[in-house]
Amino acid sequence: MQIELRILRFDPERDRKPHEESYQVEAGPMDRVLDLLHKVKYEQDGTLTFRRSCAHGVCGSDAMLINGRNRLACKIRVDQLKGRRITVAPLPGLPVMKDLVVDMESFFAKFRSVQPYLQADDPDPERERRQSAEDREVFDDTTKCILCAACTTSCPSFWAQPSYVGPAAIVNAHRFIFDSRDDHAADRLDVLADGDGVWRCRTIFNCTDACPRGIHITQAILEVSSKIVEHHA
Amino acid sequence: MIREHDAIVVGAGGAGLWAALELAKAGVDSAVLTKLYPTRSHTGAAQGGVCAALGNQEEDHWEWHMFDTIKGGDYLVDQDAAEVLAREAIETVIELEHMGLPFNRTPEGKIDQRRFGGHTRNYGEGPVMRACFAADRTGHMILQTLYQQCIKHGVKFYDEYHVVDLISEGGDLGAGGRASGVVAYRIADGELAVIRAKAVMLATGGFGRMFRVTSNAWSLTGDGAALAYRHGLPLEDMEFYQFHPTGIVGLGILLSEAARGEGAYLLNKDGQRFMERYAPKLMELAPRDMVSRAIYQEIRAGRGIDGKDYVYLDVRHLGRKKIDEKLPDITDFVRVYQGIEPYTDPIPIQPTAHYAMGGIPTNLNSQVTRDAANTVVPGLYAAGEAACVSVHGANRLGTNSLVDLLVFGRRAGRQMVLDVKGADMPAVTEAAAEPVRAELEAFRARPKGERKEAIRTELADVMMDDVGVYRTGEALERARAKVDELRDRYTRVSVDDKGTTFNTDLLEAREVGYLLDTAQTMVAACINRKESRGAHSREDFPERDDVNFLSHSLATKGADGAVALDYKPVTITKFQPKPRVY
Repeated sequence: MQIELRILRFDPERDRKPHEESYQVEAGPMDRVLDLLHKVKYEQDGTLTFRRSCAHGVCGSDAMLINGRNRLACKIRVDQLKGRRITVAPLPGLPVMKDLVVDMESFFAKFRSVQPYLQADDPDPERERRQSAEDREVFDDTTKCILCAACTTSCPSFWAQPSYVGPAAIVNAHRFIFDSRDDHAADRLDVLADGDGVWRCRTIFNCTDACPRGIHITQAILEVSSKIVEHHA
Repeated sequence: MIREHDAIVVGAGGAGLWAALELAKAGVDSAVLTKLYPTRSHTGAAQGGVCAALGNQEEDHWEWHMFDTIKGGDYLVDQDAAEVLAREAIETVIELEHMGLPFNRTPEGKIDQRRFGGHTRNYGEGPVMRACFAADRTGHMILQTLYQQCIKHGVKFYDEYHVVDLISEGGDLGAGGRASGVVAYRIADGELAVIRAKAVMLATGGFGRMFRVTSNAWSLTGDGAALAYRHGLPLEDMEFYQFHPTGIVGLGILLSEAARGEGAYLLNKDGQRFMERYAPKLMELAPRDMVSRAIYQEIRAGRGIDGKDYVYLDVRHLGRKKIDEKLPDITDFVRVYQGIEPYTDPIPIQPTAHYAMGGIPTNLNSQVTRDAANTVVPGLYAAGEAACVSVHGANRLGTNSLVDLLVFGRRAGRQMVLDVKGADMPAVTEAAAEPVRAELEAFRARPKGERKEAIRTELADVMMDDVGVYRTGEALERARAKVDELRDRYTRVSVDDKGTTFNTDLLEAREVGYLLDTAQTMVAACINRKESRGAHSREDFPERDDVNFLSHSLATKGADGAVALDYKPVTITKFQPKPRVY
């Protein structure tokens, strides 16, 4: 079938502001939006610019705004979008470098700010640290994050206050705060208790809806919030 | 502007990150350069597990792992390297756990382990539980954990810098020169950055994108291997390329061997577990080359599903609990990309181009070597899929790619720490960027010419059809002619995007050139190896020939642009070559 792909384009070397361009592409129901973008780039206009790598939803390169929702272009099919017209735009709330490519630096800086690495105070044992399957399960969900930024850039609180650390950073803090092997949960809770931390979450659930990995993000944020209350009580 | 570091690591997958970690921990001024963001690297797509003879579930020994690796590689493995791999697998996996990797756990709280293809107890008696895993996203967790540690230790990253050339002093790299840096294209604005360094490591991964059906990311275009080749270095064992048996039909997306490790069946159109006719002892857990050939045989005999070119992977009998706990990601892929529910329906699969056993030749300390005498290239290192040490020989066992990048990535880092001490900083000027600047400008300057995607597509077709699971002299000659034609057309490629901002059109054109170089060496090495061994299966030479071909190929760029082939002996220590039966 013929699909009309409407893409928000912007080339800083040519354009003063973003503008929409329309492309007709032939597509099957099982094609992904990434396939359609490739068709445009390879058959119609090589200047169309977007990031992509693994093309099956595990590397996190190709998050973008598709029909008004943040998706991975490689993980959303034409038949799931229902309709002959698909709109594509860059992730909201981050500076656009060109077409569908946004500047991710501030996003990664926030990720780094929550100390996203294991900090265990006792010396490493000779073999593995023991951890029960139950303790491992507590943070299983938040280990799935691929840092695609779909969650953070779907969050109205982030749009309103760009200094908000955002859901992705909280998810990655959660992954260590609830790891029984880690001894520095308190440090991360302090980071997240400040004005740009978890309290900016208004439980709107956009992040959870946007996550291509199905992480229960809002729940993770609430678990961190509860832990902060507990920690400061 | 010239940048300077004692050591520069090209590529931010598992091998590059671990090397960077060693450098940072030792206080060496170093940096990692990647054309993606580090967490986008393809190590993150690895699924099923990483083998180490921990013995957490049942008796196991590193010697058994070493033997399995050698037999799995059809005796083309360098046995001293396999010994290092199997021994250090244990300590690197433990170290990963200490770094925080969330492995699945046994009831006692130890790292959980499961079965994987070709990994056996007591030198081939039957499957053994050796693969340590985190659900079916083990590679994701390795990549995340190593990146987390890099943040902790303050590793410097050049994100979205694409390597476009290697620099040497005292002659080219293949002619006795010393590696002295790299030229990288800053994707954001097109600046050509010259980075000089005392040590340069290539950890750029494989080149699966030369095939039509592949599990590989778009980024896997053989950048490091091709640049090494262009600078006179040999590529080793390029004829050995792995086709993973279970890719999603058409798309090639990987469905982990962990499915079969957990008990999944392979079925033909008659519902028969056909592996009983090919590997009665290990069945579905035979090594990948054998399973891929078995699938092709079934299809050729008309026993593909509906007579077509695929068979079924069946997980239904595992039950929902096990599927959800142990195989959540791959069953999600099946739902998203095939629209099939694996709880209730069998999954159509076919072999998919997956992994290069060959690559840039290295010694046990991940130093690049340049000839059959294993002469070290000063200042140059490689590890992971980009390298060939050789632990995989003619066919890699499942999980050993991760073991390889952990063990030899770590060794590369440690060797660089030693080597940069006392070494002087090479004299490199900005002029080093000029040759590649001219090559890149040529793409922009041609008003109209060949389209790179046509060349890439035609290359992928011929490599898939003529240089795939089964090969013949006739098909390989056809492939050679086609690759030559494409190389000629490539000299006339032009790009649409003439700008400097995030010009992926330009960089993809560059990548197609890397693919053409690696494909050219692969075809030449295939033509010359007139035997069948591991993943290299010649229908016109169906037997393994240890008299003439128990040796590694070395493909070097000849003066006329053709590939020159040389051979070097296989290192054999403990296990004499035997017929390979499972």
